[in-house]
Amino acid sequence: MNTSLNYAYYPGCSSTGTSLEYDMSSRAVCGALDITLTDVPDWSCCGSTPAHTVDHTLSSALSARNLDQVASMGLDSCITPCPSCLANLKTAKHRMEEVGFRDKVNNLLDKPANTQVGAKSVLQILVEDYGVANIKKKVVKPLTGLAVGAYYGCILNRPAELMQFDNREHPMAMDNIMEALGATVVPFPLKVECCGASFGIPRKDLVMRLSGKLLDTAKSIGAMALVTACPLCQMNLDMRQTQINNANSSSHKIPIFYFTQLMGLALGLTEKELGMDKLCVSPRSVLDALTSVENPKEKAA
Amino acid sequence: MKVININLSYNSDFVTRVEEESGQKLNHCYQCGKCTAGCPYTDEYDISVSQIMRLTQTGQKDKVLQSKSLWLCASCESCTARCPNKIDVARIMDVLRHMARREGHAGVRTVKTFWDSFLNSVESNGRLFEVGLLANYISHTGRFWTDAGLGHKVLPKGKIHFRPSEMQGKKEVTKIFMRFKEESAKCGAKKLPPEISSVSERKPHNEYIPELRLLSRVFKHRNLP
Repeated sequence: MNTSLNYAYYPGCSSTGTSLEYDMSSRAVCGALDITLTDVPDWSCCGSTPAHTVDHTLSSALSARNLDQVASMGLDSCITPCPSCLANLKTAKHRMEEVGFRDKVNNLLDKPANTQVGAKSVLQILVEDYGVANIKKKVVKPLTGLAVGAYYGCILNRPAELMQFDNREHPMAMDNIMEALGATVVPFPLKVECCGASFGIPRKDLVMRLSGKLLDTAKSIGAMALVTACPLCQMNLDMRQTQINNANSSSHKIPIFYFTQLMGLALGLTEKELGMDKLCVSPRSVLDALTSVENPKEKAA
Repeated sequence: MKVININLSYNSDFVTRVEEESGQKLNHCYQCGKCTAGCPYTDEYDISVSQIMRLTQTGQKDKVLQSKSLWLCASCESCTARCPNKIDVARIMDVLRHMARREGHAGVRTVKTFWDSFLNSVESNGRLFEVGLLANYISHTGRFWTDAGLGHKVLPKGKIHFRPSEMQGKKEVTKIFMRFKEESAKCGAKKLPPEISSVSERKPHNEYIPELRLLSRVFKHRNLP
């Protein structure tokens, strides 16, 4: 890369807790690719799904405070690993273009909202700004022999007019990255089907059914692991996999990686830096299989 | 099958409000059913999303706002992505939820309590405090064992914190919520949602210490606030 890439980084609440490893691996991967991330100072919650189910001005005001924090850095866009944060930040900017709506949002804020700051996902800048071909050049440990399915979830690409990235029914960004890393990409037919979202606590049965279907499908197509780009999808499929097995009488042990974790491995980062030990379903068998494929190659070299 | 005389129960004000608040034209829906065909939650809905659209077109306010479906929509955007007439159906579902709240309806109580608990946590802390959310949810629903089985899996990973993360601007966030309550009151919402109905109902995280204690005992965790 000739030009250096610098971004304001909005981690989102889950990055400090349940998706710690997504945050760790996103930062580590960007570091390895010489992409500079600067945290949005004193960021607050975007309100996620609950805020927009209560009121759209409330939701946009919570996002607007963060967009304003980005503006205070002298920047006009930020990136975030989380699709829910992304959707809220982008929706706020989009809706505030309408003066009447913006006035209502401003009524909730200390100072008028900044309407110029945009947002992209970490996945989007890796694909569009850095480029899959350039990622490929940086691979030092190809993921040879790893059959992986890419699961995008609902809102990373939808609604298409708002998200302006990839395809709303058949996204390929993570498939292309995994292929560039040397993995065998197994086309995952349910790549944009819902995992059950935030119903894990109030209506667990819904997550058991919907995420169960995703795991059954992953197994049926011979995926050794899935990659995700969403903290909620990952949590439902990974942390709740035992609950799903109990509810559905299944016996899945499918590691659910963040795509950044597998990127990091291929870029030569350590398992610890990538938070591999934070995953609930042990990725050991998959990681060991990778190492055993690599070894003969190293010996030959 | 129940027959509704739509001439008797047509509420034109409801139709206008939905269109205004969602920015969508309801008569653009020609009932093709694609939204329902792709809806992952349709098996759980009491009224399918395409039927919600039809009932809304015909001004059947009470039937729509009392439905369970509004609370089981995950905003997955499948309906919006697939509507041949480019109607933002998910946004209409959102707007209907807003109206249901204002009228005091909550078709699925646990879902509403969960969302409210989430927002209470953000209102108090500026960022989501996951354990506080769980404690709040449990204290309102009594569903103590909801995820107790996950404790031993998650705690050793260092992902769960028993104190909220500190941020300087949390008062700014609290003020957003306070102003929102004031604005909602001005607009004359019949009945405000519990999380915004009175500040006294919202407790700071340290008032959930009994629930947090109980949680930590199950999670075998000693680091208490």
